[in-house]
Amino acid sequence: MWLFLGITFSLGMLIPGNLSWKLRYDGDQVLRVVPETLQQAQHLQHLCSTLLLDLWKPLLPADIRAGEDLQMRVPAPLVQELKASLDQHFIAYKVLIPDVQELVEQSMPGGRSSYRQVPQGYVYTQYHPMKEIYEWMGQIQRSNSELVTLQELGMTVENRTMSYLQISQPSNKPKKIIWMDCGIHAREWISPAFCQWFVKEILQNYKSDPKIRRLLENWDLYILPVLNIDGYIYSWEKDRFWRKNRSPHQHGTCYGTDLNRNFNSSWGSVGVSYNCSSDIFCGSGPESEPETRAVAHFIERKKSDILCYLTIHSYGQYILTPYGSTTTPPSNSEELIHVAEKAAAALMGKYGTRYKVGSTSLLLYSNSGSSRDWAHRIGIPFTYTFELRDTGTHGFALPPDQIQPTCEETMLAVTTIMDYVDQKYFPGGAVKLTSGSLGLSLCLGVVLASTVA
Amino acid sequence: DLDDVGHKYSLELVLEDILDRDTTVNCTAEVLYHLGNKNLAPAVQFTLEGDLKNTDEADNTFYNQIRSLEKELVAENIPDSHGNMPPALEPIHLLGWVASGYVIWQNSTENTHFHPAQIKHVKQVKRSDEYLEFDYMILLHEMVSQ
Repeated sequence: MWLFLGITFSLGMLIPGNLSWKLRYDGDQVLRVVPETLQQAQHLQHLCSTLLLDLWKPLLPADIRAGEDLQMRVPAPLVQELKASLDQHFIAYKVLIPDVQELVEQSMPGGRSSYRQVPQGYVYTQYHPMKEIYEWMGQIQRSNSELVTLQELGMTVENRTMSYLQISQPSNKPKKIIWMDCGIHAREWISPAFCQWFVKEILQNYKSDPKIRRLLENWDLYILPVLNIDGYIYSWEKDRFWRKNRSPHQHGTCYGTDLNRNFNSSWGSVGVSYNCSSDIFCGSGPESEPETRAVAHFIERKKSDILCYLTIHSYGQYILTPYGSTTTPPSNSEELIHVAEKAAAALMGKYGTRYKVGSTSLLLYSNSGSSRDWAHRIGIPFTYTFELRDTGTHGFALPPDQIQPTCEETMLAVTTIMDYVDQKYFPGGAVKLTSGSLGLSLCLGVVLASTVA
Repeated sequence: DLDDVGHKYSLELVLEDILDRDTTVNCTAEVLYHLGNKNLAPAVQFTLEGDLKNTDEADNTFYNQIRSLEKELVAENIPDSHGNMPPALEPIHLLGWVASGYVIWQNSTENTHFHPAQIKHVKQVKRSDEYLEFDYMILLHEMVSQ
């Protein structure tokens, strides 16, 4: 079995595996080779196949082209022979990594493996600027083209393309849809980080995890990694604590609408400001912002198939149910809260992180025009807002070493919700959570109930 | 609910030592939010069960470090955009957070929820005596108004 190493030149935190590191790469080298002619390309294809070289780019020998660079890991015993062969054919090469094992040990003592489904070298435990997220989306689609399509939703104020990833198992069976968006608020960086993590987890474990396969038999997953692209970029380049989008107002003297106050759900009624300079400015009207319209029009079209709407924010550690605009509970309030409590219990089981569960208006504050309220009002039954780590110590500037634990625990919460809706709308499928984890949820439920403040 | 006075909350809480999360002290407190006058800070009374850890050693280390600097300390963006901060600046960060606590208290009402977000800028103010003085510009995040 091939085990791939990701190429990372930054000392980022890599995903620690819980596998013990058995394979070593002492003296292995990574070369970049550029075949200039067809003959050279063919020769390289031949070498890759006969010497069983570890081709990193492109993925298959058949894809080796003249004029396009190629990267490969050469096992130590083959290095001399391979270089001699390249020299004889006047093929130019450069040593990118002179000793792979050394690099592995430098960046992570335990070692790490990355899988073919995941773009090599993408570090999920770091925050990424929008340019890299766009690239990542493209790579994810290309390396998982049997499951993933990239779909356009619309354009932002500053004319950037909004796209979502659709994870869909090919089948004749009609599916229902789960929608998740991240990054509606620019400064909440852990949110897009989670969407990326989520996609990676689903695709990486699809082949090995029967629960994911069962989920994808019934559901298409639509993931929007960054909703407020302009704002996100602005928070990287100009103002780390920017929240809104970047629409100009008052002849360009004031910028930004709070997209999560801009949806057509009791718009402008409570928990908003009509002043552009406020961070909760609700815009000039419901759906005044192109980003809002792009999402709302799409979801409206698909609403009969979307049964679960999740929107990811930070910070505070909450799983929030409708509504923000009123304390009157939605018709399915009990069920929504019950499932959210299961999700919070599952989350807490990982690292002990406590999330509070309840309606936005009771737990947090009043607000109108939120995407989650709107989604529920147009008929999507299971709608939740997540507020991820932490509770204020770091707030929006959550250090990168918390990306992994946050994503891991949140993953458990989200999959709990997805499993529940799967059982509900497609009953009779495979069994629920194992009795072990069900018992754990019960125990934690008791603990939570007895410590409620 | 105290007529014509305001809202009083009785609290039981646990204080965690920020540098040693396993060290805790129980605390009971009463907080009174004044009716009407929004410019008055809430009145706070509290009692601790036991003592807070003595920080003389850490305080002295910090004091001597700053005194030994050749130039007045200047720093910005603590933590940085990614949430990282150089360990050497940790005491400056903590000092800023403590000072924020006072400002937050003075500006709190029942409808606010503040957290310090970042030290935008800090500079040490030159003094002729033995005191250390720092001028901080701190961003506070208020949850309700965002």
